Amino acid sequence: MNNPPDVSPDPAEHEEYAHNVQKHVRGYLTVGAMLLAFTFITVALSYVDFGTKKANIAVAMLVATFKAGLVAAIFMHLAAERRLIYRFLIFTALFVMGLFWLTFLAWYDPVSR
Amino acid sequence: MEIPYTVSNRPDTGLWNAKIGIWLFLASEVMLFGGLFSSYIFLRIDAPPGHWPHGLLNVPVGTMNTAILIASSVTVVLAWAALKMRKYNVYWWYMLITILCGIIFLVVKLTYEWPDKFHHFGVYLKPEALEKYEPYLGNHHLEEKGLPPRVEITGHLHNHEALQDPNIKEYEVAVDPIYADPTNPAMDQPHFWPQHATDKIAKIEKEDVERAGMFTPDHNTFFATYFTITGLHGLHVLGGVLVFIYMWLPVSKKVYQRNPEHLANRVEVSGLFWHFVDLVWIFVFPLFYLL
Repeated sequence: MNNPPDVSPDPAEHEEYAHNVQKHVRGYLTVGAMLLAFTFITVALSYVDFGTKKANIAVAMLVATFKAGLVAAIFMHLAAERRLIYRFLIFTALFVMGLFWLTFLAWYDPVSR
Repeated sequence: MEIPYTVSNRPDTGLWNAKIGIWLFLASEVMLFGGLFSSYIFLRIDAPPGHWPHGLLNVPVGTMNTAILIASSVTVVLAWAALKMRKYNVYWWYMLITILCGIIFLVVKLTYEWPDKFHHFGVYLKPEALEKYEPYLGNHHLEEKGLPPRVEITGHLHNHEALQDPNIKEYEVAVDPIYADPTNPAMDQPHFWPQHATDKIAKIEKEDVERAGMFTPDHNTFFATYFTITGLHGLHVLGGVLVFIYMWLPVSKKVYQRNPEHLANRVEVSGLFWHFVDLVWIFVFPLFYLL
């Protein structure tokens, strides 16, 4: 295996850095296992009757949001990211909520109801 | 000309450029899928009772594909971590697994799941004809239980020529198990394991039929949204796989040899895209397969 010239010229620094990444790897594997487990939980819960269809949808979406949160926070490194990226995402969230709100208005449609 | 800030951070943003680029792109992707998901909600809540089918997709296969996509998300982040630790060989293997996972996902979708739907047949009955087909529908039983009615009979079409020939007055359908035993309480809810069509043939007169056809996007709103959203998602998987193949080929090893951090950053941004695709699937899977 070749180890070409690195960005950091100090080998000791690189050593410590690699060690830190190694620690993260365990975290990634744990999150992967959790995501798999929650996939099976989602499937199992869909065969449980929570009273109404709406309740079942709510439960499934809750689990899905939790899973999406894990992916975003750990795999996409959002748990520790620069402020600029968070700013982008706040605007994205606002716009997408606006989009869903527009669809809601179309459904609500006070004129024809 | 050298592209600036591929590795070092740009002073004013505090980030290397591709990272900002990918997040802006993902923001636009959120809007793209957001539009489709909000239309899905709109179409679904306005569907008349019984007009949003449930249990027509293959749940075990969908679950397996979900697991494959999650596994590939793990391997791509491990590939990136390997580059950070300057272990190119380890990176190469994780990347290969990621690419294979993406390909398996697409192959399952395109050679099994979708074609399986194209061979499945459904007949929507006219409201006034529902009573006539009560032995197949079991709507009285469903009404007693407070469940939505059945308005469609599905199964395998025996006389394919009926689709074209106006002289043939009826469809002969080998019905799905639900319609063979509609009042059985076990049929009230979909099953985990897909059930194959029975030998019971229902003869459905064309004049009782509102519309009939294979499960293609124009069959009903459910399949229109299903094929649109999973199709767009599939295109994203394909795009991701192509980018990963490029990063896995020897041409990218040259980038690594010049500056390993440069390749690590490329893998990081394409990985961010891949995780986003996984994230979309996390919502697609329960919405279409399970609910």
